[in-house]
Amino acid sequence: MATRWFGAPVQRLEDPRLLRGRGNYVDDIDLPEMLHAAVLRSTQARARIVSIDASAAWSLPGVHLVLTAQDLGEVLEPSPLLVPHAALTQPRTQLPLARDTVRYVGEAVALVVADDRYIAEDALDLIDVEYESFPVVHSLEVASITDGPLVHDDVPGNVAAHLAQTVGDPDSVFASAPHVLHETLLIDRGAAMPMECRGIVARWDAQDSMLTCWISTQGPLPIRNGLAAIFHLPEHKVRVVAPDVGGGFGTKIMMFYPEEVLIPFVAMQLGRPVKWIEDRREHFISANQERSQLHEVEYAFDDAGILLAVRDTFLHDTGAYAPYGIIVPIITACTLPGPYRLRHYSSEFTVLYTNKVPVSPYRGAGRPQAVFVMERIMDRIASELHLDRLEVRARNFISPGEFPWDVGLVYQDGGPTKYDSGDYLAGLDKLKVLLDYDTFPALQAQARSEGRYLGIGVGAYVEGTGIGPYEGALVRVESDGRVFVSTGVTTQGQAHITTFAQIVADQLGIAPDDVMVSTGDTQAFNWGVGTYASRAATVAGSAIHIAAVKVREKAKMVAADLFEAAPEDIELADGKVFVRDAPHRALTLGQVAISSNPLRYAYGENARTLMSMKLAGPRPGPALPEERGGPGLEASGFYSPPHGSFASGIHGAIIEVDPVTCNVTFVKYAAVHDCGRVINPMVVEGQVHGGVAQGIGGAFFERLVYDEEGQIINASFMDYLLPTAAEVPSLLVDHVETPSPLNPLGVKGAGEAGVIPVPALFASAIDNALAPFGIRIREMPLHPSRLYELLRDAKDKPAL
Amino acid sequence: MKPPRFRYCSPRILDEALVLLDQYGEEIKILAGGQSFVPLLNMRLAAPAYIVDINHISELHYFETEPDYLAIGAIARQRQVERSVLVQEKHPLLVEVIKHIGHMQIRNRGTVVGSIAHADPAAELPALLTCLDGEVLAQSMHGERVIKAKDFFAGYLSTTLEAGELLTEVRFPWLARQAGWSFIEFARRAGDYALVGAMAVLTPALDDTCMSANIAYFGVAGSPIRARAVEQVLIGTQLDAHTLDAAAGAARDVVGEDMQDVHATVEYRRELASELTRRVLKQAWARREQLEGAQ
Repeated sequence: MATRWFGAPVQRLEDPRLLRGRGNYVDDIDLPEMLHAAVLRSTQARARIVSIDASAAWSLPGVHLVLTAQDLGEVLEPSPLLVPHAALTQPRTQLPLARDTVRYVGEAVALVVADDRYIAEDALDLIDVEYESFPVVHSLEVASITDGPLVHDDVPGNVAAHLAQTVGDPDSVFASAPHVLHETLLIDRGAAMPMECRGIVARWDAQDSMLTCWISTQGPLPIRNGLAAIFHLPEHKVRVVAPDVGGGFGTKIMMFYPEEVLIPFVAMQLGRPVKWIEDRREHFISANQERSQLHEVEYAFDDAGILLAVRDTFLHDTGAYAPYGIIVPIITACTLPGPYRLRHYSSEFTVLYTNKVPVSPYRGAGRPQAVFVMERIMDRIASELHLDRLEVRARNFISPGEFPWDVGLVYQDGGPTKYDSGDYLAGLDKLKVLLDYDTFPALQAQARSEGRYLGIGVGAYVEGTGIGPYEGALVRVESDGRVFVSTGVTTQGQAHITTFAQIVADQLGIAPDDVMVSTGDTQAFNWGVGTYASRAATVAGSAIHIAAVKVREKAKMVAADLFEAAPEDIELADGKVFVRDAPHRALTLGQVAISSNPLRYAYGENARTLMSMKLAGPRPGPALPEERGGPGLEASGFYSPPHGSFASGIHGAIIEVDPVTCNVTFVKYAAVHDCGRVINPMVVEGQVHGGVAQGIGGAFFERLVYDEEGQIINASFMDYLLPTAAEVPSLLVDHVETPSPLNPLGVKGAGEAGVIPVPALFASAIDNALAPFGIRIREMPLHPSRLYELLRDAKDKPAL
Repeated sequence: MKPPRFRYCSPRILDEALVLLDQYGEEIKILAGGQSFVPLLNMRLAAPAYIVDINHISELHYFETEPDYLAIGAIARQRQVERSVLVQEKHPLLVEVIKHIGHMQIRNRGTVVGSIAHADPAAELPALLTCLDGEVLAQSMHGERVIKAKDFFAGYLSTTLEAGELLTEVRFPWLARQAGWSFIEFARRAGDYALVGAMAVLTPALDDTCMSANIAYFGVAGSPIRARAVEQVLIGTQLDAHTLDAAAGAARDVVGEDMQDVHATVEYRRELASELTRRVLKQAWARREQLEGAQ
């Protein structure tokens, strides 16, 4: 295989279009006769709907439809449970519109369709809903109160699920371990906040009995399949397209968000296209969130700093519903052991309903919590034993010779948590160089003598990526020599258009520019799942590779016939297909594509050139010999991984803390990342950069604050603080490449990685900077006012 | 996030705007830069029957030096004032303050006078006006009046402007030549409203003791606060360590009992007010010009 493009920092092919404002996002789609929808959302976190009076809304000029639950007929079904699990004994999912009970502020109660969004919002103000409110389950603490308030009347104790897993024999290890510690660690709520909120345009074409939906989603195929079932339409009569998507981060793969059913429903009912665009206020209260977990962890270690056993028990907040089952806490449980040789581990979690926005995976998906817990442990072992923090990690790392390493737990995909490859020490060594780790103590001492508090922190992680079940792709050479590729995954900023093109370009001897990649259009490719779990490059990328190899082999076969040569003597390079050592015996890839389709008529430049060449005539027999498997240079490929592949990384940062204002600034940030073979280093670095920025947000700026009534009191970008370029330091990124043996490309996922270790390293760095105060960070996210309290209560206080 | 229905008027001359204000009074909201008002409108937190857009009244587009102050007209953009070489030279404190307002794009549109009229207690410009004992000019069909800063701000997002009045000009007094100044705010991110902000203008006497002090805070109460108690501590001193401690201590009291929000507790704000006081005083004093004959 040629490796000209794979591994090269190819500029993003999508950028010229996007940067010129020529992207096509859902809100850019304007159809003739289109109407606009707005959603009335619950103002109460836990209440019974006593009555809804929509008569005033109905009579507002310009209003076409006002929908409440009772108008939905058979469409009023709870959305499907996406990932069932035996431990999820009380699954509850949401109705498209609340019928008689609301369970979080923001839950959809009614829908208005009007001439424009302004009128639709005016009409929302005219709908009178009478609520009878009840005490609110606004925290994990309240959710766990015996005989306390219940989110679902029929779910005792608010317990959705309970799962315990054990590896080895932690109990007996604890009984004889030299050191045992216990701590409580908390991670609070956060949200993805993609730049583009959710949005849908639905069009019903009665003449063609065809439903078309443009949705800002990460999973159009499952939505297509679901909508076909709900509306009793053949699957080929439902087209779901994810056009350009302005960020997803997990929050855009749900099935179904209420609007994804309601907007097609009203479009079909009214016979006119309908658009709904989620505004930012709605996004805060109706798009899925994540992160809240409360861990009680006990750990045992020996005098050399070797971690012997961990017992972790945690509560996981799933919000008002559990559409994604218990994926997030399972990932937490399986991620916690990280890069360390942990042979005795028990994990037990309880998933609790709360009167908050439902939880589903958000970039990192349970991993930042796990890494926070494990890395806090590593730091604590180091401080207890007066060892260097990196040395403790190095002593506990699984070594390269120990792969595949089976953690012993069942992963989110039902397969083993089995690390396929890795070299954690190599990453640590590179990080030391990037951070200038060995000279830091001198730098720190110098700063302290000037009254400045510098700290260094690290965070290491292993990330399960590239899970199944499968993805597929179609690769087809068009008659002009350009190559069309379609796949069921979507893209929302990850540069798949570029990396997929690189994979194809290598196989077919063309430039990536000549590859046209289609993602997320159910009419262009019929099979697949979606983009989540850092899996698109690994799973869809491998499928594309497999399809491209088939097309290459077919091109060789066709050319061999034309040149009366052996297929193994045919080569593909620079857009040409030629006989090795006889480059004058060459056709363009487009000409071979035309030849592979034995039509009586052919058009265009390539066809005319082909006619004028004295090539071998057709052989006797059918025009399309059976061994070619069909006309054209076209093939599909599918790839189904045996189990997830495990990427890894280690990040470190130097920060400065102002112990009076309690502000924290980043002085230096370095990340070493291993996602197996790198398709495009620039793209991977971009992913790491974005992830780290989001991680810094989640560690120090972003925080969803619910009050006791279940209201988010900072539901705007005034008060929910996304970090800007001014807050994010410039980043140093380096790579370790341990190829995955699980897929033909040797790649692992890179999408979520950047965000995962940031809370852990931030805590680590603050502890280190404020060591003279003797504080230990046990919660994330932090903010200056909270850090002020921690310092105020610190036992040791040096004079400032 | 779409505004409710409103009527839009775009007068070209001031008198026309004043007539509209006289006619519709309380039902009107003025649109200048729109940087605070338009979000409020879109979030339906404001629902005026009429919006009078003053952006096309060219006679309000000015800033001029007067003997005692810099006069800024109602639609002069923050960014224009910030970039003016004249203002940079003659009122560097104003330029420093403006640089902390939002981001460049916001300042391109936002007006100086609009920020004063909006009277956000966490905003920079109302605090500066308070600090310097500035004035505003309010005009109506029935005349005009000059209002002192201390008589203008009347609590959270409130002013003593009356229905029918338009705020047409804001006047920032010049600083004494020998005065030293400092402005520091503590914000979560670049461009955010401050959790606490402080500014100081210190004028030395011939014997190089502090002759006058103007200290103001924002983000600490329902209005910008002029801290006379802190100022009193400084007069006649040379800002020695003991004085700074006393001033920093006195500054804690400027923070209102109800100044608790998602970003900061009252106690934390007090700590910030205290520390920022220390920092602005040190910096302002260091920037003073020691008069001839001073020690």
